[in-house]
Amino acid sequence: MTASGAEAALFWVLAPLMVLAALGLLFARKAVHAAVCVMFVMVGLAILYVAQEAPFLGVVQVVVYTGAVMMLFLFVLMLVGVDSADSLTETIKGQRWLGVLLGLGLVVVLLGVVAQAAFPPAVGLAASEELTNPVALARVLLGDYVLAMEVVGVLLVTAALAGLVLTHRRRLSVRPTQRVLAAARVAALPEGRTLTPLPAPGVYAQNNAMDTPALGPDGEPLPHSVPRVLRIRGQERSATAVLAEEETLVVSSISLVEPVETEEGVSTSSTSGGVSTSSTGDGVSTGSTSGEEEVR
Amino acid sequence: MEITNYLGLAVILFAIGATTVLLRRNAIVVFMGVELMLNATNLAFVTFARIHGDVTGQVLAFFVMVVAAAEVVVGLAIIITIFRSRRSASVDDVNLLHS
Repeated sequence: MTASGAEAALFWVLAPLMVLAALGLLFARKAVHAAVCVMFVMVGLAILYVAQEAPFLGVVQVVVYTGAVMMLFLFVLMLVGVDSADSLTETIKGQRWLGVLLGLGLVVVLLGVVAQAAFPPAVGLAASEELTNPVALARVLLGDYVLAMEVVGVLLVTAALAGLVLTHRRRLSVRPTQRVLAAARVAALPEGRTLTPLPAPGVYAQNNAMDTPALGPDGEPLPHSVPRVLRIRGQERSATAVLAEEETLVVSSISLVEPVETEEGVSTSSTSGGVSTSSTGDGVSTGSTSGEEEVR
Repeated sequence: MEITNYLGLAVILFAIGATTVLLRRNAIVVFMGVELMLNATNLAFVTFARIHGDVTGQVLAFFVMVVAAAEVVVGLAIIITIFRSRRSASVDDVNLLHS
């Protein structure tokens, strides 16, 4: 039996792509790229299952393999470290060429077997599936193979338990309770710790980045509102620098709105170098007055 | 197109998976090679089911999928345990029995 033209087109488009993706698993340096390549192969296999009169298996392939198994792989890659690249040093001499040779030999032998074997004329599944594919599968699965299915259920439970036991870690110290933590926090008060959470970084009109300190009620910047890492790296910005930047932004936007022609415009730009917030107010007011003059 | 072309694709995917197991050092990539081999056999099962007109092949592919899922859980748990104790996912570093 030969497949239809549409199926042949699907196969000849999909099969080379799948082989390329599988080769990506073999040659990709990073494990994440290999995982993505395998995912492509598995989705392609699901499409081929549907094309081969096995729609149930196609759906299960997508759900189980791309949905569960490969996601599990990605999670483990995340735990182990995404950028764990392979080492390219050969520990066994000539292992690489031997491996390639064995792989090619396997292809040749198995393809020879497939080419030599005499297959009966293919009959297709239309006769055995008088209802639908899942119903026919369920009849065989729950009829002929019911014992195997029970055993597989036991296997799944055992595997889940094994996963729990293998990844379980015993706690070496006593888990601190909330009361212990509170007592420790109060006991650290004389050393300069605070009971309350630290203040959040500053929020300004043009800038709410983590590196700008907040201003306290007295107008002084609070250095401990910037994250400790940024402070240690010396990447924190002072509040005055942020304010000066905002002033220049305001002034430039004003000068964009109205062309600078009068002396007032010049004076606006000259006062823009100020530090305090009041100069910003001055700039705005001069801008508005000059605008009124223009109207007049 | 002959239906046996699917078997050819399955053979090629299986061989690529086997070569991955032989060549790669990262335990997780090796494991993905095993998964690729299991998938290739599933494709062969589905193709044979179609050739013989019997859904038993599809049932067997289903069993392979279930067992592969269980195998992935245990295998990845083992890889994580080894990574915790040796700080490496490379199969070359698991050499406690060596000399």
